[in-house]
Amino acid sequence: MGRASRKFVFPVLGLLCLVLFYSTRATGEGSANQSRIDHGRQLVLTHGCGDCHTPWKLGANGPEPDSSRLLSGHPQELVMPPAPPAQGPWLVNASATFTAWGGPWGVSFSKNLTSDKETGLGNWTEENFIQTMRTGREMGKGRMLLPPMPWPSYQHLTDEELKSMYAYLMSIPVIKNKIPDPVAPSAPEPAKK
Amino acid sequence: MSKIRLNESGNVKLSELIATTLLLMCRRLISRYCHWRGTQAIFGMLVLACVLRGESGAGGANPKSLSETGLYSDFATKSIAKENLMYSPQYALWSDGAAKKRWVYLPPGATIDASDAENWVFPVGAKFWKEFTFGKRVETRIIEKTAPEKWSYQTYAWNEDQTDAFLVGANGSRNHCEIAEGIKHDIPGVNDCKVCHEGDGRDVILGFSALQLSPDRDSLAPHAEKFDSTMIDLNFLIAQGRLTNLADEFKTKPPRIQGKTPRERAALGYIWANCGGCHNADDPLASVGMELKLPLRPDSSGQDSALASVVGHPSKFKIPDNGEDPTYRILPGYPEHSSLIYRMQTRNPIRQMPPLGTKIVDQEAVDLISEWIREDLGK
Ligand code: HEC
Ligand code: HEC
Ligand code: HEC
Repeated sequence: MGRASRKFVFPVLGLLCLVLFYSTRATGEGSANQSRIDHGRQLVLTHGCGDCHTPWKLGANGPEPDSSRLLSGHPQELVMPPAPPAQGPWLVNASATFTAWGGPWGVSFSKNLTSDKETGLGNWTEENFIQTMRTGREMGKGRMLLPPMPWPSYQHLTDEELKSMYAYLMSIPVIKNKIPDPVAPSAPEPAKK
Repeated sequence: MSKIRLNESGNVKLSELIATTLLLMCRRLISRYCHWRGTQAIFGMLVLACVLRGESGAGGANPKSLSETGLYSDFATKSIAKENLMYSPQYALWSDGAAKKRWVYLPPGATIDASDAENWVFPVGAKFWKEFTFGKRVETRIIEKTAPEKWSYQTYAWNEDQTDAFLVGANGSRNHCEIAEGIKHDIPGVNDCKVCHEGDGRDVILGFSALQLSPDRDSLAPHAEKFDSTMIDLNFLIAQGRLTNLADEFKTKPPRIQGKTPRERAALGYIWANCGGCHNADDPLASVGMELKLPLRPDSSGQDSALASVVGHPSKFKIPDNGEDPTYRILPGYPEHSSLIYRMQTRNPIRQMPPLGTKIVDQEAVDLISEWIREDLGK
């Protein structure tokens, strides 16, 4: 080995080390994120989010969540007739999809939890999501969420758990599906001018 | 980073630790020596444990009555203690027509860091009171800075004969008293206070700032409160040396909203105070992408760009029955096609703005802002 080439040995070795270091670190980060997403998926499954946020359909073996619409909320094309009056021992009504809900609070529709910017949680920050689950208010500061969204139970999830759920929701296929506004019982509207 | 923590009182108190240890020891003792001496010891420990537990109970720090919060020097005559200073923000929050009085206490010698004119940093010990009156006193709210980046929130509800006011529980008191035909006032719970008064470690004091205390007061502000000589303002704080790092320009030229017309100034000021607390770039709600807390002294061109996220900007929220027209946050010339007006004008709880703290439309403000959209922006 000539003198000149020997001069390069250390820098090249150094560079190699750097490259190695960063590549392992990057995959390290990637897998950390992946394990967070996996944890989030497990939490979303065990907390039954899909029971209400994925529309149900009639499959070969009976009713099942429609996995092609994973967590995308009440199907936009399914326009519901007015809910039966909320009274008597059967106070609460649900659609066959388990995404539209009638009760003393009016009518609510399960929301689109995918990261579509226009119709889902695409514009929400992680903080907006965590605060929604903690306070039961839209984006943590807006109107109160209506039943049956069980936020009073979910508010006890830890920050870490909620962050994982959020990471998972941001990782699933984006579905554009516009959810209708809820209907308040006898809501006062502004006078038309 | 998140504000409502899993365990509100996260730090375990020493007394609680001791109490719990004692209780555990009792259990051991019962199973080991179930005779007279043992019973005596167990009894003693149990009493001690209960006392300690009780002492460490949640909210133990807040006095039960308003009379013990330091606001008054003589409660019977409702004389305010002289260290508490009265003030009035030039742009008040609409609270369904309540008349309000406000006082501040700043610890002796302590100063406010005013480097950021819009986000003052208060000294620990700073305390604010706000009294709500609907014909009669209804509630007095308190915010106090208890440690760096830590605030406490309480409210006291006045009794019928106005002789005392008592601490309201953390969940507030819904439908507390009638304020108009068929409409009842809600006393907010602590989490609701935080919706408006907490933001990622920032001090969120909304009515005590350079603009709110400016001596250059806006006489067209909706429900403008009278300023009188018993109240303090920005000049007072400067003279008393209570402000550090206040921009020099504000000392000679008090801050004001630069409207192109007096009507525009009042409209933007109202929006600044009633909407800008949530809709600003420093808030978690910045993700909505609508800036309603405008910078204080833009030149006219700067103001147009400051309003860029509002005027002529499409709204994610669609006005129902608005035909095929896209909805704008503000459509110049057309308040009826502006979602900002729609949401101020409804008290449908699903759509109203602000989303909490009010059940009656602020018609004076709706009229003012509609006029501004129709006349000033429409031209
Ligand atoms: C029992 C049915 C049900 C379950 C289970 C449920 N939700 Fe919901 N959720 C709803 C309904 C209905 C709404 C809409 C409420 C409204 O519009 O006020 C909603 C709203 C939301 C919102 C607000 C979205 C927005 O755009 O405002 C979020 C976030 C959310 N749910 C997340 C979750 C997560 C995460 C889970 C599981 C941990 C979950 N939900 C489980 C019924 C449910
Ligand atoms: C809808 C938002 C909102 C809610 C909810 C709210 N406040 Fe406020 N508060 C404001 C605004 C805006 C101001 C300043 C304007 C004014 O005083 O009129 C203010 C002023 C105050 C002040 C005077 C100090 C300051 O920030 O200017 C106190 C004290 C106060 N609020 C206490 C409370 C307490 C305690 C609660 C809960 C019981 C509460 N507030 C709930 C918006 C809110
Ligand atoms: C306590 C916090 C808070 C205050 C105060 C508040 N807003 Fe909002 N605002 C929200 C939240 C959360 C949203 C997003 C969810 C929604 O649309 O309801 C929102 C959305 C909006 C939107 C829809 C924007 C879009 O493009 O969809 C408009 C318009 C609006 N607010 C106007 C106002 C006005 C006008 C005021 C003052 C009179 C105000 N807001 C005060 C929390 C607040």
